[in-house]
Amino acid sequence: MSALRILVPVKRVIDYAVKPRVNKAQTGVETAGVKHSMNPFDELSIEESVRIREKKRAPGGVEDICAISAGPAKSVDILRTAMAMGADRAIHVETADGDEGALEPLTVAKMLRAVVDKEKSNLVILGKQSIDDDAAQTGQMLAGLLGWPQATQASRVEFKGDSIEVTKEVDGGVETVRAKLPMVITTDLRLNEPRYASLPNIMKAKKKPLVKMSLSDLGVANERKLKIIKVTEPAPRQGGGKVEDVDGMISKLKELGAL
Amino acid sequence: MSTPGLLRTALASNSGPSALRCLSSTPTRRFRDSAPRRGNFTTDSYPEIKRDPRFSQITAEHVAYFRDLLGKDSALVDGVTADVSADDMEPYNGDWMRKYRGHCKLVLKPASTEEVSRILKYCNDNILAVVPQGGNTGLVGGSVPVFDEIVVSTSRMNQIQSFDEVSGVLVADAGVVLEVADQFLAEKGYLFPLDLGAKGSCHIGGNVATNAGGLRLLRYGSLHGNVLGLQAVLPNGTIVDDLCTLRKNNTGYDLKQLFVGGEGTIGMITAVSIQCPQRGKAVNVAFLGAESFEKIQQAFREAKSQLSEILSAFELMDSYSQDMVHRVRQNKRPLDSEHPFYCLIETTGSNSEHDAEKLEKFLEDVMSRDIIADGVLAQDETQIKSLWSQREGITECVGHFGGTYKYDVSIPLKDLYRLVDDTRERIEAAGLKGDTDEFPVVEVVGYGHMGDCNLHLNVAVRRYDKRVEEVLEPFVYEWIGKINGSISAEHGIGIAKKKYLGFSKNDTMIDLMKQIKKLYDPVSFYMASFNEATTTNT
Repeated sequence: MSALRILVPVKRVIDYAVKPRVNKAQTGVETAGVKHSMNPFDELSIEESVRIREKKRAPGGVEDICAISAGPAKSVDILRTAMAMGADRAIHVETADGDEGALEPLTVAKMLRAVVDKEKSNLVILGKQSIDDDAAQTGQMLAGLLGWPQATQASRVEFKGDSIEVTKEVDGGVETVRAKLPMVITTDLRLNEPRYASLPNIMKAKKKPLVKMSLSDLGVANERKLKIIKVTEPAPRQGGGKVEDVDGMISKLKELGAL
Repeated sequence: MSTPGLLRTALASNSGPSALRCLSSTPTRRFRDSAPRRGNFTTDSYPEIKRDPRFSQITAEHVAYFRDLLGKDSALVDGVTADVSADDMEPYNGDWMRKYRGHCKLVLKPASTEEVSRILKYCNDNILAVVPQGGNTGLVGGSVPVFDEIVVSTSRMNQIQSFDEVSGVLVADAGVVLEVADQFLAEKGYLFPLDLGAKGSCHIGGNVATNAGGLRLLRYGSLHGNVLGLQAVLPNGTIVDDLCTLRKNNTGYDLKQLFVGGEGTIGMITAVSIQCPQRGKAVNVAFLGAESFEKIQQAFREAKSQLSEILSAFELMDSYSQDMVHRVRQNKRPLDSEHPFYCLIETTGSNSEHDAEKLEKFLEDVMSRDIIADGVLAQDETQIKSLWSQREGITECVGHFGGTYKYDVSIPLKDLYRLVDDTRERIEAAGLKGDTDEFPVVEVVGYGHMGDCNLHLNVAVRRYDKRVEEVLEPFVYEWIGKINGSISAEHGIGIAKKKYLGFSKNDTMIDLMKQIKKLYDPVSFYMASFNEATTTNT
C-alpha cells in the first residue's frame, strides 16, 4: 500500500449546542452573533486521520493530512482547530459571507475533486453530513466524480493488507465493506471520540501552513440549482399541563371530554 | 449540645437547601447507584441531640387545621392521621448525602405568603417545631428535620412574578428552581447571578436563605449584593414585606440582610427580588494542568491581570479529585498527561474575537513561562460542557462510594491547599484509608473556588464512621480557627457546624446574633436557652 495522503474536508457550522433561529425574512437561519464551530462529524474525520498516523495503522504510513474548508473568512478558525488536533496543513477556499456564498453539495464535490487531483490525495475522509444542511450527499457525489469506491457511515476503519475494511452501522446490525485505495470514507458518530485541542498544539497550529484560494482557482463555479423559497420553524409543541392531584386530573379529563 | 428541637426555624434549618454546587440535578438516580439506600437517623448518629419535650406532639387536630387552611389534600403529606408510604415521606426527611435523616410526619406545602404566615403563627402559638425546606440540596443538614418537626416546603410557591427587561430586576417566589429562573432569564438575554451544581433542584429562596456562593461569585458577587429585596414571614406570622426592586435604597437598617444567609433561623423567605446581569454571549473555557499549588496561584494572578474584566470563573481541582471523577465515570481525561493540580478558567464577554485573543495571549504567556504545564481549550459548546463537568461532577463522584464528609471553608490563598495535605496525612496515620472495604475512607480530595479563597475539603467514605469523624473534627475547625479562616464559606452552619461556630465568630458576635434571634423568634429562643448554654445557631 502506498503512503496515505489524506484529505479531510471540514465545515464551519452553527454550534451543535446552539438552538438555531429562523431569520426575520424567513430565508434562512440567523447566523450573525451565533456561536459557530466545526461540524461534529468532521471532528471525527480529523481524529480518525490523526489516529491512523499515531497508531501506525496504515502499512505504508501517513505522508500528509490536509484539512480543507470552503466558507467565509472565519472558516480559518476551524482549520486552525483541525491543525491543532493534528492535521499538517490546511487549505481555505474563501467564499462570500452569507447566502450568496453558500455552496450546494455538487459544487463542493466538484471543488474537492479538483483539490484531490492537485494534492494527489489517495484517501478522503469526510463527515457523512453537515449538521446545518443535513444533505448527506457530498461524500457520495465526490466518489462518483472521482470514480472511487466509497464506504459511508464508518463506525470502524481497519487496514487489512492492501485494502481497507470499513464497518458501518445499518438497521438491525453492522455491515462490513472492503475496498482498495484510492477511496472515500464518510464518518459516523461512533467512530471515535475526538480529542481536545491542547495548548501546545494550538500554538503549533498557528505556524502550520494555511493556503488560501478561490473556487475559480480550482476551476469551479458556484452554480445553484436550488432556490430557497422559505424557511420556517416547526410549529411550537403544545406543552403538557400538570395537575396537582386526582381531583384535578378528573376535572381536566372532564373538561377535555374524555370522561 | 443543644439544638433540641427548637423551633427549627430556629435551629439550623436553611430554608432551602440550596446548596452548593455539588450534586447534580438528579439525586434520585444516585441514591440507587450506591451502597446504603438510606442514611441513619440523625438521632442515632448524634444521640447527644435531644428533643425538647416542651415542643408539642403533632395531633390530628393540628393536621385538621392545616388541611382546612391549605384547602386540598395534595398540599400536605400527612403521616400523622394517615399511613404514608416511606417513599413519599423520605425525600423530605433525608438529605441527599444520606448523612442526616429525621422523623418528620407532616409536610405542608403552602402556595402563598399568607398561607405561610398562618402556618407559622399557628405553630408558634401551639409550640410546634418547624423546618423550612426548599429543594433540599443543602450540605449541612439544615433543611431536614431531626425529630418530628413539620416541614414547610416552598415547592408550590413557584411563580416568577415579574421581570423588568430594562433594569434586569427579577421578582420571583422562593420555590422557583434556580435553573428554571436562569432559563427564563436566558430567553431575555439575562443571567441569574448565581450558578451551582445543584441548580436543577435547589430553590432560589433556599439559595438566598443560605447565601449560596457557587461557581461565578468571582464575577457577579455575593447574594448580599444582588438581592435587592425580599418577602419573609417571621415565626409569629408577621409578614416582612420588603420586596424592593431598587438598587439604591439607603433608608435605615438593611434588615433583609439578616435573612440572606440567616438559614431560616429568624424567618422563612417567601419571595425575592434580584438584580440580574446581562448574559455574556462569548464564553470560552480552558482546562489547565500545573505542577504545584504555587504555580496555580501564579496562574490565578496572571489571569486576574491579563483577563481582568472577562474572567468569570477560576476553579481549582487536585489530582485526587480528578482521579475520582475518572474512576467513577470511566471517561476520557481532558489532558493526556497527569499533574498534581488542575484549574478551569472561564471567560465571559460580549465580543468573542476580543475575548479569544485575550485568552490566547494569556495562555501562550503562562505556557511559555512554565507556569502551566499543559492545557486544553474548548473548541465548541459541547467541549465547554464536558470540561465543566470535570469540575461540577466531583461532588457526585466523591459521594459515589457511600458518603462524604464535607468541609467548605475559606482560607487565605497561600495556605489553602495545606489543609488537604494535613488532613490526608492525619487520616492515613490513623489507618483509616485504603483500597479495600475494611477501610472507611476512600480518598481525601480538595477543590474549590480559587477566586474566592474557598476550598472544598471532601473525605470520600464507604460509610459514615464515628472514627473518621473523630479524626476530622474538631481538627479541621481548629486548623482553620488558627489561621483566621472561616469554617463555613458558602454552605452555612446547619446542624453540622453549629457547635463549631466559635472557631470563626467571637463571643461578642455570637452574643449579638443571639439578641437578634431572641428578638425575632422569642419562643424558640427561650426553649433553646433552657438547654445548656449554647450558641443559638446563626
